[in-house]
Amino acid sequence: MSCSRRDFLKNTVAGAAAAAMPACSVILRTPDEAKAMTEGSKVRWAFLVDTEKCVGCGLCVDACKTENEIPYEAPVSRTWVERYVVTRDGKTRVDSPNAGRDGFITGEIRGEEIDPEDIDKAFFVPKLCNQCDNPPCVQVCPVGATYQTEDGVVLVDREWCIGCGYCVMACPYGVRFFHPVHKTAEKCNFCYHRITDGKEAACVQACPFEARRMGNLRDPEDPVTKVITNERVQVLKDEYGTKPHVFYLGLDEKVR
Amino acid sequence: MSSDLVVHGAEWTVKELFVYPNEFIYWSIQIVMYPYMTGLVAGAFVLSSLYHVFGQKDLKEIAQFSLVFSLALLPVAALPLLLHLQQPMRAMEPLLTPHFTSAIAAFGIVFSTYGLIVLSEIWFVYRGYFVAQVHALRDQPGLGNRIRRLVYRGLTLGAYDVSEDAIAVDHKAAKILAGVGIPVACFLHGYAGFIFGSVKANALWMSPLMPVIFIMSAVVSGIALCMLTYIVIMEWQAFRNRRRGGGTQASEIRGAEADVIAKSTRYLLGFLVAAISLEILDLIFRGYTAMKSWDILRSVMFKTDFIKIFVLQYTLGNLVPFILLILPGRTIKRTVVALLLVLFGVFMMRWNVVIGGQAFSLSFDGFMHYHIPIVPHSVETFKEGLFGALTVISMPFILFWIINKFVPSLDRDIETG
Ligand code: SF4
Ligand code: SF4
Repeated sequence: MSCSRRDFLKNTVAGAAAAAMPACSVILRTPDEAKAMTEGSKVRWAFLVDTEKCVGCGLCVDACKTENEIPYEAPVSRTWVERYVVTRDGKTRVDSPNAGRDGFITGEIRGEEIDPEDIDKAFFVPKLCNQCDNPPCVQVCPVGATYQTEDGVVLVDREWCIGCGYCVMACPYGVRFFHPVHKTAEKCNFCYHRITDGKEAACVQACPFEARRMGNLRDPEDPVTKVITNERVQVLKDEYGTKPHVFYLGLDEKVR
Repeated sequence: MSSDLVVHGAEWTVKELFVYPNEFIYWSIQIVMYPYMTGLVAGAFVLSSLYHVFGQKDLKEIAQFSLVFSLALLPVAALPLLLHLQQPMRAMEPLLTPHFTSAIAAFGIVFSTYGLIVLSEIWFVYRGYFVAQVHALRDQPGLGNRIRRLVYRGLTLGAYDVSEDAIAVDHKAAKILAGVGIPVACFLHGYAGFIFGSVKANALWMSPLMPVIFIMSAVVSGIALCMLTYIVIMEWQAFRNRRRGGGTQASEIRGAEADVIAKSTRYLLGFLVAAISLEILDLIFRGYTAMKSWDILRSVMFKTDFIKIFVLQYTLGNLVPFILLILPGRTIKRTVVALLLVLFGVFMMRWNVVIGGQAFSLSFDGFMHYHIPIVPHSVETFKEGLFGALTVISMPFILFWIINKFVPSLDRDIETG
């Protein structure tokens, strides 16, 4: 696995890789192969969101923007928080102004003031990339710039992405966008640079209420894994067959 | 917003109700142009093959023209893709490191295969002519003629044998290529349909019928454009002849033209009916099965995009030209109007698929409206705005003008395959 296709190309250009060709040129991974690979790994990252604990402060979004250098004022974000307000008349209103970055400090939702008396239930739902096990974004990338690591995280290679937007279209969760500065596909990667270095993801660290946690599914002793395996958790839009790996506690059926 | 802070799509997207923060209309006008232009290429080629393969003799004239025209259209089919990339300098990567699980990865391969077929077919059809030109220009004075002769010598590729046998081989090769070209042309375009149809995240696009619908409408638009261009050029020739006093010749041109048009119209109508039937089937099926997404699809189709879909596409772009073409006593003028409407209808179909597919949020709880940039104020608003689209549309005509200088596809006196 030491020779990526990119290296391979460079080598070819240098005229030195004629011998390496048969070995390297066949590394075209399908999602299935990638999955087979991940199954052999000792780590499979998973995320746990406890919606009951989220208060919609937006500190996670703020921290993510800073950590991952997403321009603060740009209307895009690797993670966001949605607010749901279900009223007595059966209507559901949802919003996420500035991706929830500034918290939800007024009762106004999409320009409408709602009488607290009319509210049946209201809650917050943090969203991020689901690091799907069967990621359509990886499947559709024409150049392999989006790929899945052995520990299950889907990454984007900024040096190789051609900016076609196919992955943006293919993700059923709307988590992808184009980085305003780099002009390449962008999305949450569970703060891969941090978690592989023994640190917590920026949003996990920033959340004062432990609504966001992360763990290793391959480790049965991992507290997050224990919650996921022992309690009733839910994932988003599993009808797409993407096998998402962000698990939710207390997810309402209104959440989309 | 400072210049380095351009969020792709934010410029032309207006959101309504609840839309995820990162959702914008990412695939804009150039992605409408892509299947439109590819469709025209494929359609033009199919029209030319009707003569070469199925021996529809009455189509000979327009077949020759459409073959050359499809070559002019070909590079332009890739242009919109290039214009929409955020990293256009990396456009060659899909060829260098194709990731074959992606429907786009094979584009370069399919596209160049098709290009080779068209080029070689044209070569076989016109080789005799190239050789004749080399001989005819031999003793002509002037630098221009020398250059022309040089070009023709290059075009013969050194094959100067114009014996009867050799020409017969040419004919046969052209016929085979035209035959092989039909499935490849359909594949090229069906494949564009697959790029959309296979996106499971998109409720409007995801349909196995998408590639077939794309092929049918492609042929419709290709035939329509070829007929239209053909009429315009023929009228122009007749007009010129009349001014030069060649009244009889002018009416001769007219007569031949009417014939060709009548025949082509029949094919056009056939494919039009097939295209519409499939689209309606798709619509009915969605309504009948009423999956989760139907609510939002319905509100896009019957409310926000009603005019674009039912008035502009189906009525003005399909029904009206259909009636115009089948009513008896058809004149050239009426045909031209009908053809323009057909082309418009297919364009609206592409628009309604590409833009319509992004008109609703993945949350199924909000809408996005596309406002095409008219006056460009940056590279992006040029590329993905009205002027970018107009550039793409005008390219094939410019290319055709150049190609036709060397490969006269409209000269009725030239003996070709
Ligand atoms: S959530 Fe979207 S971007 Fe993330 S892995 Fe799944 S499909 Fe890809
Ligand atoms: S935008 Fe980049 S990462 Fe996404 S599919 Fe295209 S090349 Fe791949």
